[in-house]
Amino acid sequence: MDLDMLWYLVPSVIMFAAGVYGFMTRKNMIAMLISLELMLNAADLNFVVFNRFLFPGQMEGMVFTLFAIAIAAAETAVAIAIIVNIYRAIGNTDVNDADKMKY
Amino acid sequence: MLFGNILIWFVIVPVLMLGGLALCGQNNMKAILGVMVTCSTVLLGLSIWLTCDFVAQRAAGNTAEMLWMGSWMWYEPLNIHLAVGVDGISVLMLLLTSIIVFAGTFASWKINPLPKNFFLWYSLLSTGVYGFFISIDMFTMFMFYEVALIPMYLLIGVWGTGRKEYSAMKLTLMLMGGSAFLMLGLLGIYWHGTPADAGVANTWNILEISHYGCIDYGWQNMLFIFTFVGFGVLGAMFPFHTWSPDGHACAPTAVSMLHAGVLMKLGGYGCFRIAIFLLPHAANELAWIFIILTGISIVYGAFSACVQTDLKYINAYSSVSHCGMVLFALLMLNQTAMTGGILQMLSHGLMTALFFALIGMIYGRTHTRDIRQMGGLMKIMPYLGVCYMIAGFASLGLPGLSGFVAEMTIFFGSFENADMFHRIFVIAATTSIVITAVYILRVVGKLILGPVQDEHHLSLTDATWWERLATVTLIVCLAGIGFFPNWLNDSIQNSFKPIVDALAQAI
Amino acid sequence: MGITLPILILAIPFTMFLILGIVGVKMSRKLAGILGITALGAVAVMAYYVAFTYFFSGDPRFIVEGVRQQCQLFDVTWLAFTDRLVVNIGFLLDPISAMMLVVITTISFMVHLYSWGYMEHEPGFQRYYAFLALFTFSMLGLVVATNIFQMYIFWELVGVSSYLLIGFFYKLPSAVSASKKAFIVTRFADLFMLIGILVLSYYVSNAPADGPLGSASAFNFLMLNSNAGVIANTVLGATFMSGSVLTWAMVLIFVGGMGKSAMMPLHIWLPDAMEGPTPVSALIHAATMVVAGVYLVARFFPLYCIVPDSLTFITIVGAITAFYAAVVACAQIDIKRVLAFSTISQIAFMMVSLGCAYNQPIEGVHYSGLGYMAGMFHLFTHAMFKALLFLGAGALIHAVHSNNYTEMGGLRKYMPITHWTFLIGCLAIAGIWPFSGFFSKDEMLAAMFNRHWFWGAWMTMVAGLTAFYMFRLYYMIFWWEENPKYAKSGHKPHDAPWQMSLPLIILAAVSCVAGFIPFGEFVTFNGEPYHIHIEGSVAATSLTVAVVSIALATFMYARKNNRPTMVKNLWPALWTAANRRFYWDEIYMFITHKIIFNIICRGIAWFDRHIIDGTMNGLAAMTNFFSVKIKGMQSGYIQTYVMWYFFGAVALAVITWLCLL
Repeated sequence: MDLDMLWYLVPSVIMFAAGVYGFMTRKNMIAMLISLELMLNAADLNFVVFNRFLFPGQMEGMVFTLFAIAIAAAETAVAIAIIVNIYRAIGNTDVNDADKMKY
Repeated sequence: MLFGNILIWFVIVPVLMLGGLALCGQNNMKAILGVMVTCSTVLLGLSIWLTCDFVAQRAAGNTAEMLWMGSWMWYEPLNIHLAVGVDGISVLMLLLTSIIVFAGTFASWKINPLPKNFFLWYSLLSTGVYGFFISIDMFTMFMFYEVALIPMYLLIGVWGTGRKEYSAMKLTLMLMGGSAFLMLGLLGIYWHGTPADAGVANTWNILEISHYGCIDYGWQNMLFIFTFVGFGVLGAMFPFHTWSPDGHACAPTAVSMLHAGVLMKLGGYGCFRIAIFLLPHAANELAWIFIILTGISIVYGAFSACVQTDLKYINAYSSVSHCGMVLFALLMLNQTAMTGGILQMLSHGLMTALFFALIGMIYGRTHTRDIRQMGGLMKIMPYLGVCYMIAGFASLGLPGLSGFVAEMTIFFGSFENADMFHRIFVIAATTSIVITAVYILRVVGKLILGPVQDEHHLSLTDATWWERLATVTLIVCLAGIGFFPNWLNDSIQNSFKPIVDALAQAI
Repeated sequence: MGITLPILILAIPFTMFLILGIVGVKMSRKLAGILGITALGAVAVMAYYVAFTYFFSGDPRFIVEGVRQQCQLFDVTWLAFTDRLVVNIGFLLDPISAMMLVVITTISFMVHLYSWGYMEHEPGFQRYYAFLALFTFSMLGLVVATNIFQMYIFWELVGVSSYLLIGFFYKLPSAVSASKKAFIVTRFADLFMLIGILVLSYYVSNAPADGPLGSASAFNFLMLNSNAGVIANTVLGATFMSGSVLTWAMVLIFVGGMGKSAMMPLHIWLPDAMEGPTPVSALIHAATMVVAGVYLVARFFPLYCIVPDSLTFITIVGAITAFYAAVVACAQIDIKRVLAFSTISQIAFMMVSLGCAYNQPIEGVHYSGLGYMAGMFHLFTHAMFKALLFLGAGALIHAVHSNNYTEMGGLRKYMPITHWTFLIGCLAIAGIWPFSGFFSKDEMLAAMFNRHWFWGAWMTMVAGLTAFYMFRLYYMIFWWEENPKYAKSGHKPHDAPWQMSLPLIILAAVSCVAGFIPFGEFVTFNGEPYHIHIEGSVAATSLTVAVVSIALATFMYARKNNRPTMVKNLWPALWTAANRRFYWDEIYMFITHKIIFNIICRGIAWFDRHIIDGTMNGLAAMTNFFSVKIKGMQSGYIQTYVMWYFFGAVALAVITWLCLL
């Protein structure tokens, strides 16, 4: 079965849009982090797809995606650590409550 | 040779002073004061030598417009130089600065807290002032001007008293506002000061610009207002004077001294060196606007001082009145009145420095500056009382002290302008000698004379040796000008020749 | 005579001021007193020598063919405003300055000596002598001024010495406020004088240098006086408000003299100045400084004569003041106040006399410059007898510790020296032959009758009042009724120590004989000698008036009785008004405190705090307001930022797309 590039891009857009929506509406930092990961993964998917369909002979897209996944993992670890610390400091993970450093 | 020029040392010595202070321990008062006293004495010696040599050179027939000229390229693309040179007026201003820095050091002998940082900022301030007076390049002049202004913020905000943050902020913001006008004016002069077809680069050098004299009349009028207002803010011109009472009231002693004594003179100095000298046509045409404003300053400041109860406010308003007199005299645009203006700068500088030093000393003992809570200090601290009276007499223009010489020169010079407008304002200005007498005697009567108000004051002590040194230095200078004004008068009058010539040509 | 003596005459008092002022506190009282007295004695000897040389040496610098010359012994540049406005400090010797040198140094020496006894127990004795030296220096500098500006300089200096000496007892609020008042009122008058000098010197200095005025300094007295006609006709032809500019200038300069000489309406400071130590009142506020105004008019006499309106002004001011002060003096209780008002009245006498003089022959007038000569003569005699009276008052106050005559009475038994010398002073001021006041007053009245009978009659009436109030004072102090206090207490008032009595005796002696000095031989308006002779009718009138007044005073006050109360009750409002000096102080208080201080000064201070400062603070507040508004966008909510970011990106994309289309 020969799938068109569109079959990959549409789910990617849906994932990205869901990520944006989630990031903008969820107040829980963990949920926002998950939304962020969704957007990141949508972008990764695009990289892989464009590499596979547009430049079949090359590997840069794949490699960048691997990089991005690794960095995202590190990023998540840092983010989770920050969130845990915020939770310890203020007792919840609501993003609007973390306003100690606001002007 | 950069270091071969004596004027450069007026900037190098303060910078060395900064370096020396940086090496001192934070609370090592001995080392800090050692550095301060050494360097300020060196500066005083340097300026006395410079003054003597200047007078000697002039007497020997050296008629160059400026002496010890030197110019070193600093930033090629904009043709900015470090250009130095002095005439009789700048020499005297340097001398005044040295005297006040010297006296100010002794007046802040026991500064607390953070003595090292205080003196660091204090030295930086004086660096700016010295740099300003030796420069003849507008850009470096402006740079030194800013160097002198910024430390004020910290000096008042950290070491001040009362509503110090508010005052520091107000002072800095208002002066910065003035600087903005000034920068516009200077840029205008820079762009228009050089003839378009001569094929020379635009210059910042004051002498070159005045030599070209090619700024067209429309531009002159606009730039005159910008530069005069810019410097006028620092010269406490009505209605831009309100930073002065609050600023002085909250500043620590030495800073008040240096600020009222020297920094406010930067305004007057800039007014004639840049606004009047470089824009003579506009000066002839628009002087009337500022004569009105400064005329108001003179009377208004004096009347305001009559009802103040805080010693520092009284002197700040009196400064508004006296500095108004400086600008007023400069705007009369003739040699005698302008000479009087410079004499008034010197006189006011010394006198106000003395006043603020004494107020600091009195405040340090009684912990109040409210004249209603003090009285009869003559009985408790006779030395300070006598000094305060001398300062007061200088302020109200007693012959034999400098104020009289300056005021009389101004009045007689101003009266040379024969039209009714000038006459009315000159006569209005002369009334200030009575109002000044009123507020000075009011303070002297309440503070120094009369019965002792507060029993606790009876145990206070009189001046210490460093305080005596600071006050005696200033009093000797006040009396020196008052007794022998003629040599000063001569060297100032000669320095005004180019300016008066430029004015006469531009009519 | 070289320039050494003149310089020393000025330098010694000044040096003494510096020495006593700076190291005085370290000295013992005795040393400071001896230093001060010796120095002043030396100055007095030198001044006598200078005056003697001037009048009698026949040196061609001083006298040419019987006409006394004006001579500048030295004149050095002090400050040059312009080429023509050059301020010199110099020493002008002419009849009036030589006469003043004698007067000042004599009185000052007497006062120095007297103060040794009077101030013995006061703290600040050294400071007192320092101030006396400063005053003497300033006053000497004033009278020898070669130019109007030098005079103005020393004019201010005597003002400040007077301030310091009035406020000598600085712990007393009344002394402090009196000194302040004296300084400010005279300063206010000096303002007019300064404006007058400005006007005069402007026009004179702008006269063509090749004209008759030459290129001399516009301040110089000799130049101004000798060219009075030129100045009036050509230089100052300009008019201002229908008066010649010269008239304005001269009147303005005279206002300065009104301030120093306490003419109406600037007299209010002098009675209060009596808060100072009594010897100071004798020196400054009776004999020397207060006659500076008279001296000024005499100095500028040719210029005043060339503008007769200004002389008329002087006459009117003097006549009103003389009468006013004499009336007020009749209703004072404080003996020093009586003497103060008497001083005002007598100085006004001199002013009228000068105002009635001419400097050129007038038809029908025997000697036109009589007023000038007589005014100067009275200045001389008045200085002596008024100093005597004040020093006598000092001795009384020293003995009784009160200024009010109600505390005195019957003192003639206890204080014979003071009594007799005081009586001589009273006779002199009342104008009784052969005391000095008679001669000078007679000449003055003759001069006034020369001008117009009205001035003569008016001033004769004032002379009568003078005799009345002086003898009222004399009787109230020495006769009336012996104060019961003295009879009871063991402490009886007694005559002062020799340092105080000696000056009294010397001055009394001078007052007895000074009238016989042929004053006209020495001091006249043009230097030519004039032989004084008594005008019979005038002398008879004034003597009669004086004797009648004294008789009236004797009738009312010699013994305790109720006649004064009856007279007082005839018209109590008048007595109260005179006692309160016709409410001049209240009027001034109202103007200065209520109007100037409360309305103008407070108004301006309010304007400054609220309008000017308010504008500046308003600007800052406005900036702050907008920044607060804008900072709402920086909510800190990350999701809001994302929303802005997202829709911004979308909007940019749409715009780019539309542009590309």
